[in-house]
Amino acid sequence: MKPNKIADDATALPPWEQLWAKIYTFSQQQPRWFEISLVGGAALFLIVIMPLLLSDFRLDLLQRYLALAIVALGIDLIWGYTGMLSLGHGIFFALGGYAIAMHIKLQIPATASNQLPEFMNLYGVTKLPWFWHPFDSFPLTIIAVFLIPAILAAFLGYLVFRNRIRGVYFSILTQAATIVFFNFFNGQQKLFNGTNGLTDFQTILGFPISDNKTQYGFYIITVLLLVGGYALCRWLTTGRFGRLLVAIRDDETRVRFSGYDPTGYKVLVFAISAALAGIGGAMFTLRTGIISPRAMDIAFSIEMVIWVAVGGRATLVGAILGALLVNYGKSLFSEKFPDIWLFFQGAMFLIVVLVLPNGIIGWLRTEGIDLFRKIIRRPRYVATYPQLEEDPEIQRERETLEP
Amino acid sequence: MTVFFESLFNGISIGAVLLIAALGLGIVFGIMGVINLAHGELMMLGAYTTFLVQNAFKALGEPWFSGYIIVAIPVAFLVAAAAGLALERGVIRYLYGRPLETLLATWGVSLILQQFVRQVSWVMCIQIILFCLLFFGGLWVMKRRPDFERMRQWAMVVILPLAAGIALVCGTILGQIFKLAVTKPWFGAQGVDVTAPGWLRGGLPLGSFQLPFVRLFIIALTIICVVGIYLFLLKSPWGLRIRAVTQNRSMSACLGIPTQKVDALTFALGSGLAGIAGCAISLLGSVGPNTGQNYIVDAFMVVVVGGVGKIVGTVVAALAIGLVNYIIGSGILALMVSPGNPLFDFLTFFATTSMARVMVFALIIIFLQLRPAGLFPQKGRTVDA
Repeated sequence: MKPNKIADDATALPPWEQLWAKIYTFSQQQPRWFEISLVGGAALFLIVIMPLLLSDFRLDLLQRYLALAIVALGIDLIWGYTGMLSLGHGIFFALGGYAIAMHIKLQIPATASNQLPEFMNLYGVTKLPWFWHPFDSFPLTIIAVFLIPAILAAFLGYLVFRNRIRGVYFSILTQAATIVFFNFFNGQQKLFNGTNGLTDFQTILGFPISDNKTQYGFYIITVLLLVGGYALCRWLTTGRFGRLLVAIRDDETRVRFSGYDPTGYKVLVFAISAALAGIGGAMFTLRTGIISPRAMDIAFSIEMVIWVAVGGRATLVGAILGALLVNYGKSLFSEKFPDIWLFFQGAMFLIVVLVLPNGIIGWLRTEGIDLFRKIIRRPRYVATYPQLEEDPEIQRERETLEP
Repeated sequence: MTVFFESLFNGISIGAVLLIAALGLGIVFGIMGVINLAHGELMMLGAYTTFLVQNAFKALGEPWFSGYIIVAIPVAFLVAAAAGLALERGVIRYLYGRPLETLLATWGVSLILQQFVRQVSWVMCIQIILFCLLFFGGLWVMKRRPDFERMRQWAMVVILPLAAGIALVCGTILGQIFKLAVTKPWFGAQGVDVTAPGWLRGGLPLGSFQLPFVRLFIIALTIICVVGIYLFLLKSPWGLRIRAVTQNRSMSACLGIPTQKVDALTFALGSGLAGIAGCAISLLGSVGPNTGQNYIVDAFMVVVVGGVGKIVGTVVAALAIGLVNYIIGSGILALMVSPGNPLFDFLTFFATTSMARVMVFALIIIFLQLRPAGLFPQKGRTVDA
């Protein structure tokens, strides 16, 4: 009897609701495949449809922001899930950018009289510094883009976490590290062209970089890397490993007393996050065509944190969404009212912390969904009388009368 | 011998600047556990206050002008303390126990303050005053209604845009009427210069080199501040209350200490010290909206190395970092090694101001491997709280 009845009900519904019901059952029964198809759909949309909709200029911006979204994923991994607030991701971002830029700067045509990157002539360098040599090879560069930031992060992280330095102390130390690296890269004219950074890119693997097709290729790679990063973070944050990360965030001492050593996990997750930042930095550099020590500005590193905070901590979608939204907002605002942007940014920090601690996605998942249901007049199912749960008067009395 | 004495003096004078910048932070971060990234901007406010006081005294003429710095110090203290008090009441008190959120919020405040000094003009002042009057006045009127708690959200939604809108429109109209006279920024994005009074120029000749009076003045000011803080914390009744709240907040509250007042007072005190620090750094060079940023990270390093919660740690750490910084940065060490030595290249590589910072950070990290909690760690149950 029963299956029949459901079938009857289903045919009685209008077609769009039938579709909706099918999607709903699919999402309930096969959540993993549902998510994969959603992410795949979004990626296809970005790769195929977006270039048709947006002008070249806007597409350029979109690719930059997608590259930054990769960084935001990394930050979400360590801040949202593991509770370590790094203010030093600019370092890893810049290292990834420098790695790819060094490779490009070494693409000197064989006919050229001078086989060194041109800025080195200005400072009278006659021999290529030793650490530039590996970047001659493309595969090594690709590995360096994520391995150098990861190794550096693992090294710094090990030294810090080993001593159980955590919380704000970790944040301050990473911030100091940012300044240190900024000074280092800024001061080394002969090695990295100092303040000016590496720019004026010509070719990569024989393709001219400024060409539209090459840039579209970069765009596709960025989208794919973002999807890959999302998949990686999703995989890491579900299951035992993810639960351990959250446990470290919520009570590290208890984790330690439960027989785990958090140091290794923290080092690992910090390194992964740095690797993501490096990848993001490389893709960002390919699009902007310049990498300079300014990427290691303190302000930029803190800005990365606010993307995650706006989108919603411990929600990976939130990190991506936050990075896109804040950066679009930034470009819109700073085009229209360059003076007010800093005020707005400062206010955003305050609002996110004081009013919207769970970010946009966090809000949508809790209050937002209730509000939406109320608007479409499908209130959520409650165990008792709806009146009791929803009437503000009764809520207020409950709060004041039974504390 | 001269080299030794010279480097000692220079190191101490760098250390004194670090110390005076870190002292307020040592109180706010060390005693309250609040990360205040806007501390540098409070210093900047102090420096700009000094600039304003200087201009006011310049108008008065010469005998007065040479004494402006004596007036500027307490004024800078008060301005920064007031700003700090507003910050504590408005933002930080909602965030106690959430240090990472505090960090982000204070960073937001620091951005706002930076842009504020870039843009502040008569119009903006009037707008802000008008907004505060309308907004807080409106809330005050609403609060007298008995059912205020129920309509709180709606009141906010209505009053906030209304007040902001009125203030904005009034400001624009004023700007249209009086033009540049009221819309011209007071300071602008460029730095401003504070000229030291006559008696601070020149130096005390000592053998082959001079001790600049400005540096000596800063060292003296730092010493006075440290001693003052010590006396305040150890001898005064409010200092006793602050220490009590630091040790055990809930027990202090049980014994009748107004903890909220203590929090506000401590924060205002730390901010005021930032103001004095700003006054000191304004003597060293041009002051711009970004000045605070240059000091904040160093100041935090001092507090971390010194050990949180101990003023004496801050003092020792500031002097040590100052000395090490100068010794590495000036290349004195390189002079001691013969040029053929591989160590020589290594030392000359770090013998610039910016590279010295790199080296100092590396040394700090090594130091924290040996003593993770700093020079003078806290002991006992408060450690992990």
